[in-house]
Formats: sequence, C-alpha cells, structure tokens
Amino acid sequence: MAAFLDRSHSVARPGFSRWLVPPAALCIHLCIGQAYAWSVFNKPLAQLLCSMQHACPPATSKAISDTPGDWSIASVTWIFSIAIIFLGLAAAFAGKWVERVGPRMSMFAAALLFCGGLVISSIGVWTHQLWLLYLGYGVVGGCGLGIAYISPVSTLIKWFPDRPGLATGTAIMGFGGGALIGAPLAVGLMHYYSTPTSNGVAPTMLTMGILYFIWMLVGSLIVRVPPVGWKPAGYVAPTTEGRMITTRNVLLEQALRTPQFYLLWLVLFLNVTAGIGVLGQASLMIQEILGVSAVAAAGFVGLMSIFNMGGRIFWASMSDFMGRKTTYVIFFVLGIILYVLVPTFGHIHSTVLFVIAFLIIISMYGGGFSTIPAYLRDLYGTVNVGAIHGAILTAWSAAGLVGPQLLTYIRQYELSHGVAKTDAYNVTMYVMAGLLVIGLICNLAVRALNERYYMSPAAAAEAGA
Amino acid sequence: MASRDTPITSNTPALVVAWLFVGIPLLWGVLDTLRNAIKLFQ
Repeated sequence: MAAFLDRSHSVARPGFSRWLVPPAALCIHLCIGQAYAWSVFNKPLAQLLCSMQHACPPATSKAISDTPGDWSIASVTWIFSIAIIFLGLAAAFAGKWVERVGPRMSMFAAALLFCGGLVISSIGVWTHQLWLLYLGYGVVGGCGLGIAYISPVSTLIKWFPDRPGLATGTAIMGFGGGALIGAPLAVGLMHYYSTPTSNGVAPTMLTMGILYFIWMLVGSLIVRVPPVGWKPAGYVAPTTEGRMITTRNVLLEQALRTPQFYLLWLVLFLNVTAGIGVLGQASLMIQEILGVSAVAAAGFVGLMSIFNMGGRIFWASMSDFMGRKTTYVIFFVLGIILYVLVPTFGHIHSTVLFVIAFLIIISMYGGGFSTIPAYLRDLYGTVNVGAIHGAILTAWSAAGLVGPQLLTYIRQYELSHGVAKTDAYNVTMYVMAGLLVIGLICNLAVRALNERYYMSPAAAAEAGA
Repeated sequence: MASRDTPITSNTPALVVAWLFVGIPLLWGVLDTLRNAIKLFQ
C-alpha cells in the first residue's frame, strides 16, 4: 500500500494526458473547500440540546438557544479558526514532506486527516463534547486541509511549465468552489437526517466525511507526476535570466533567507486580510449599509462565493500573460480605488455599484491565493515550490485571525462612538485601502533573486529539476 | 520511460469522465448558489 502511494509509483507513463491532473487536483480542492461553508454548522451546533427538547427559539428570534449546556456561537466559531490556523501550520511544516513523497501519498494522507476530522467531529456532536470538534475538525481536519491544499500545486506547476498560472488557478479555484458544494450538501443532509429529537448534524458530518474521502481518494489515484526532464511538446523554457522568471531552483532553507519571501508573505497577508474580513461580514454589512433583507444578503454572499471562485482561475490565468507582479499591482491599485469608493456607493444607496465593487474585490482576494504559487515558481523555480508555497501560507493563517477581528473591532469602535450603523464601515474601508497601499509597496519592492541563493546545477539535477 | 519531449496526448474517455466527475458537482453548486443569489435583485 505504502509503495503504491509512493512517488516512484505515480510517475506518468507515455500517453498520459496532463489534462487529467487538474481534475485530480479539483477532487481534492473541491472537498477541502468545504471549510469555507463551515458556518452552515454554527447555528445547528449551538442548538444541539434545545433541538432535542423542542425548546429552540423561533427562527425570527435573535437568541440562538436558551437551553443550559448548549454551546455558544462564539465557542463553535472557534472550530473554523483552529482549522485555519492548523491549515497554515501543516502547510508550512509538511511542505518538504509533500515534495519528497509526492502528490499521491500526500493527497491520501490529507484525505485521511480531513475526513477523519469530520468523523471525529461527528462523534463529538453525538457525545456533545466540544473539545472533540476542536480536535477533530480543528486540529486533525486543519492539518488535512493544509496538506491537501499544497499537495497538487507543485505537481500542476511541473506539468504546466508553459501555463503555471492557469494550472494553479484551476486547482485553487476548487477551494473556492468547494463552499458552493459543501453548503447546500450540508444543509440538504441535515434536512434529510433531522428527526423530532435531532437536527441531524452528527450523521451529516459522518456522511460528508465518507463522501469526501471517496472523492479525494479518486483524486489521489488519478494524479501522476511527470517523468524527470519531461516538458510539453514545443515548450522552450525562458532563457533570459535576471528578469522575474528563473529557470533555476532554490531550497526552502535558502528561500526563507531571501527578502523576497517576506515581501511576498506580506503581499499575501495584506491581500487576504483586506478580503477575508469583508467576506466574513458581507451579509451583515450589506444589510446595515443598504438596508437589504437577510435573504437578499444571503444572495449577495452567494454571488461573492462565485466571484471568489471565478477570480482564482481568471486572475491566475491572466497572470501568465501579464506577469505575476503586474497582476498584484492591479489587485492593489484597483482594490484601493474600490475600497475608497465603497462608502460613496453606500451613501448614494447604489446597490448595483456596491455589489459590483465587492464582487471585483473578492475576485482579487481569490486571485491572490491562486497567483502566489506561480509567483513563487517564477522566483524560486519548480523543484521546491510546494514547500515554499506551504511556508508562505502561514500568511493566510495570520490574516484569518487579523482580518475579521480588525473589521469587527473598528465597527464596534465606531458604533460605541455614536456613528450610525450605515456609516460604521466607512473607516474600515479606508483602513483596508491603507493596508493595500502597504501591499502595493511590498509588491513593487520584489526583485529577482541574488545569485547566491540558487542551488548548484548538480544539486538541482539530483533533486529532479 | 517517457522521452523528454513527451507530447500531450489525448485519452478522451478518461478525460471526459474525470472532468465530469468534478464538473457536475461544481455546476450543481454554482447553479444552486445563483438561484439563491437572484433574491438579491428581487
């Protein structure tokens, strides 16, 4: 079994189509993208006991549950936060292992962890032990998320040296798209399993764990790595060194010594911070600024999910033609303009302009995730890009903590100082624009690497370059 | 072992099955989301 999963047993034979690799990657990313839909479990998790006793407040009530022993919303939202923290940590620490064992083994391990996390969580729901959900979905599942996220990325880059942006965009698009499947799937299953004494959360998590495991297993069976030295027919690697695309390679340890790594870490951190806070508060924000109904606000969140997904493949594909640095310049400049304009759109009560602005912003948030692996590949080469990509994803974890807190804090501060709800987000928008200015400066400061960081040709050949 | 310039060959049935395997659930998710999103403009 272990041998079958090993890198050497997943080398493509002649005749293998490289276009089978993106669906293999999508099998993984569409499953782990369920994380973005975790919030559909928040309310049912906070109503486990009251649902058993038919004592839950009506849906129109602001209270979630008055039953002693029921978990608070604040305590269950920590499950997702822990998962995102462990996603970043696992991606950072398992990156080298993923590169060594290859995508099949790492995808399989990720499937075990992520789906095992769902199974442990279902046990936690059945036994009403919150710590089992923190451990299950948060720690174990979060590690699965991190390993799964980076597993197919470097393989795709190696199969598509001519279109790395398109390749990584396709896979990472799946992470955005996973919420579009995970949310209705979870809601449908909870409805199917609900009984007079249960809201069906535990069997839903168990079923999703099994379904996702099968799906991820298929991905790990399809995936192949290219033979050493393989390149697409007619592809000629760029030969001009000193520009922003290298044909050489850098070790993870060396990459961590380069200022470019930290500049790109900040670029990702600031782009994600600006987007993630808005994504989490989108429903409340549009209701408070424009006064739309909760149902319409849910539609807005759905549209944002689609643009979050679409932006990942659109912007990463465009970066193949425009260059990664230019693509990020567009993210930051356009983002600054839109964040500054959003309060005005709110003042004139233009729902259309408001929605368009946020859809563009969120597409660039998604695009930031999918363009960064290709940016890293341009600067550091293909051999260790998976490990370097894993290390830079700690920026996502950090942004996942900072972004929502920043937005919530500023809103609360504004409200406590007598600012009207409709204007409570104005300062937030300007702060987000300010963050993007810093991101723009960091991106503009990125230059080609100094010669001393590259691996020797012999070491690179030994590593499979 | 493949040559260094292995051409991109086409294995059409496998490709179609693989893309449908991921495409159908994704399409279902997108359509379901769009159906809900329409409420924003109603």
